Amino acid sequence: MNMPIVNGMGRREFLLTGGALVVGFALSPHLEALAQAAATKPVALDEVDSYLVIAPDGAITLYSGKVDLGTGCRVAFGQIVAEELDVPFARITMIEGDTATTPDQGTTGGSTGIIGGGMQIRQASATARKALLDMAAQKWNVAAAGLTVTDGVVRSPDGRTAAYGELIAGGRFNVKLDRNAAVKNGRDYKIVGQPVQRPDLPGKMTGRHTYVQDHRIAGMLHARIVRPRAIGATVTSVDEASVRNIPGARVVRIKDFVAVTADSEWNAIRAARALRVSWTGGGGLPGSDRVYASVRAAPVARDQELMKVGDAKAAIGSATRKFQATYEWPAQSHASMGPSCALADFKDGKLTVWSATQGPHRLRQVIARGMGMEADAVRVVYLDGAGCYGMNGHDDAACDAALLSRQLGRPVRVQWSREEEHGWDPKGPPQVLDLRASLDAEGNIVAWESEAWLPINTPNLFNRSMLAFSAAGIPQPEGQAVAQVQGNVYPPYDLPHMSAVVHWLQSTPLRASNLRAPGKLGNVYGVEGFMDELAAAAKRDPLEYRLTHLKDEMGARILRRTAEKMNWAARPSPNPASANAAIATGRALVYVHYKHVDNRMGLGVEVAVERATGRVRVTKITCVYEAGQMINPDAVKNQVEGNIIQAVSRTLHEETIFDTQGVTSVDWRSYPILTIPDAPVLDIELWGSPEDKPMGAGEAAHAPVPGAIGNAVFDAIGVRMRKVPLTPARVRAALAGQA
Amino acid sequence: MARFTLNVNGRSESLDADDPEMPLLYALRDNLALHGPKFGCGLGQCGSCTVIVDGNAVRSCQTSVREAQGKRITTLEGLGTPDRLHPVQAAFIAEQAAQCGYCTNGMIMSAAALLEKTPRPNETKIRDALAGNLCRCGTHVRVIAAVARAAGSRT
Repeated sequence: MNMPIVNGMGRREFLLTGGALVVGFALSPHLEALAQAAATKPVALDEVDSYLVIAPDGAITLYSGKVDLGTGCRVAFGQIVAEELDVPFARITMIEGDTATTPDQGTTGGSTGIIGGGMQIRQASATARKALLDMAAQKWNVAAAGLTVTDGVVRSPDGRTAAYGELIAGGRFNVKLDRNAAVKNGRDYKIVGQPVQRPDLPGKMTGRHTYVQDHRIAGMLHARIVRPRAIGATVTSVDEASVRNIPGARVVRIKDFVAVTADSEWNAIRAARALRVSWTGGGGLPGSDRVYASVRAAPVARDQELMKVGDAKAAIGSATRKFQATYEWPAQSHASMGPSCALADFKDGKLTVWSATQGPHRLRQVIARGMGMEADAVRVVYLDGAGCYGMNGHDDAACDAALLSRQLGRPVRVQWSREEEHGWDPKGPPQVLDLRASLDAEGNIVAWESEAWLPINTPNLFNRSMLAFSAAGIPQPEGQAVAQVQGNVYPPYDLPHMSAVVHWLQSTPLRASNLRAPGKLGNVYGVEGFMDELAAAAKRDPLEYRLTHLKDEMGARILRRTAEKMNWAARPSPNPASANAAIATGRALVYVHYKHVDNRMGLGVEVAVERATGRVRVTKITCVYEAGQMINPDAVKNQVEGNIIQAVSRTLHEETIFDTQGVTSVDWRSYPILTIPDAPVLDIELWGSPEDKPMGAGEAAHAPVPGAIGNAVFDAIGVRMRKVPLTPARVRAALAGQA
Repeated sequence: MARFTLNVNGRSESLDADDPEMPLLYALRDNLALHGPKFGCGLGQCGSCTVIVDGNAVRSCQTSVREAQGKRITTLEGLGTPDRLHPVQAAFIAEQAAQCGYCTNGMIMSAAALLEKTPRPNETKIRDALAGNLCRCGTHVRVIAAVARAAGSRT
């Protein structure tokens, strides 16, 4: 057996860093210095030393509690540090998400990497710069105000110089983050605002980067979990003899948590397939063909009136032109490209876990609680994984590995199968939205009512239930965790009467998590779809109709610019030119003000619908996006592109199918996603200035896509699609219903 | 336990495996400690595990170590290094054509195999050649641009 490469480094380097994610442009990271610093450095949120270490030779290490899940915040964090400290980007090495060495900046999600974590890092850098200038001022007995910095070298007006490394001389800052430390004015940025290339990509493009799936520990066992067909089933018997002929195969059972291990990964896989386990019970799901009825029938924790202007119910009740519609959004999977994976090493009462979790510090607490350990005895080390868009199976795999390592007294690597990832990752929950409105004689909207059925975010829930702990009979808090799923449930337009009510549901069929733009994707699909229905009923141009109802000037500018870019021709939908075409073309545009307070955006979609097959092809998407300050404009653009493409996929293709026992869409055939040949042309325009505040790029551009696609399909074929995904079978059925 | 000899990235590599039907993917990742080919589905559906075998893009999760003997296998590591990038790797970096990068191995290997046979593909050919490579982050447009760039940079 060849000596495994550990984290792209040799064994010595591994021992020095603990296998942490170390990324930088520097040719030889200062590993001894890193290891020394790591042994003693603080991690408190309000200490500069928690974030920044400057070595005597001037090399800078940034310790970030936020992690880069593929979004590009890694390069952006480095740019922020380089900018505020006036050092070259290449001098910075980054360590992310190691609970032993990084501050707990919270889970990376909700598009807050830069807005939250990045701004803490900016303030830490500005405080560090001020401290370094003070050190130089003291050394030379001059005023700090007269000092300048170039490439990490402080210069006095009379020409004396001192490098940062010299000034700090291997010591520490010992200062608190200073909210008043002056940050640079956006006008003066040289590094922030540049499309600096991501430091991790050369390694990723050449097979040198270490993902968590690539990480290996000497002496480790490979493990696979054996899961039941029915969710929640319990074990009646395990036939250990069924794996006896597989070399090294060993069965581990903790109540209903069943796993196999082996020295080689392939033997572990073979054992997992061969092991005979008898299960009983479990299931009891409604099945995806009854999912929306089950959502409406779910027990309601409470009703909440989100907003109320005028008296929409009375206005609609007494109106003569009134409309109503129901929009339904399915359960969907993160469907990460790489199934979840984690490693754990339990030794001498202490546990180290390597995971691609979006929240290493949160996971540390969850594992400690589940394992009955003190948090101090648990270290979680982040390593990159396949992209997740909220919480996928990464945290579950970590708990799997932790339990097994303690049970076996050996380091363990758990790798989920494709079937497990699609079947058992926590899902974006299904949701239902009823909409009602009335129009005046000109067709303008008088009143609007939104009524939503959404899963409640259980208050003060410590954590989502972890599969391993559930199966092993370890008590966990009951409840479900979803974030802000009520966002954008009412329109961003100014209407005389408007109300929005949410029925907060105590349960949802499959274990829920946040999946990119949680709730908002389905809400905007309904709201902008219904808006389009009203425009069509009024025989008005969809752009003019929206602008008539939109008082927000910035929003109107963005929407007009979107229309201009797509050469919008004013006319009502549907498209008369497509009436008899075998391949019907359509277009639509929508407006979203994300969560009513974040990014504004206009998004236009062009589609071609093949009538015979019902196949919808999205040919082009135009987006004008309010981005605010862009630390790295290319990384922002990449995020907006990804948000759009992934939302096309979720709209056209994706639905988690389940029967009464469990999920049955467990591979890429039963859960297809948008392929490369079907990718639309993208035309994206980002609005923002270095003097703005950053606004987030991780999810907002997701929200407008489904509504725009649904509306463009209506424009093409004159049939309203109110249920996602817009599969060929559904489009054919809708066309047949129309005939 | 049996011994297998593979030709990987121009070197002869010996490894022991209990099962001749073990997919090549595990020989590359576990026995030879390579990070390029990725486990994505084990079903030949996603392309993450793609390697080039005798000039063809092949799913290493669907090829056994037995079948792979005596063939010329190239992985992402063998295509180029950070200091000596293959034109496709250089183009993917120039276009910043990744988010999480997990599918990138398959994209680059499929594209490299395409350009060996069809040095100047049009966009449709590029798209079709990548039909079996899935990307979840939605980098589709950048991936297409990167392959077009690599094709344009070839002489």
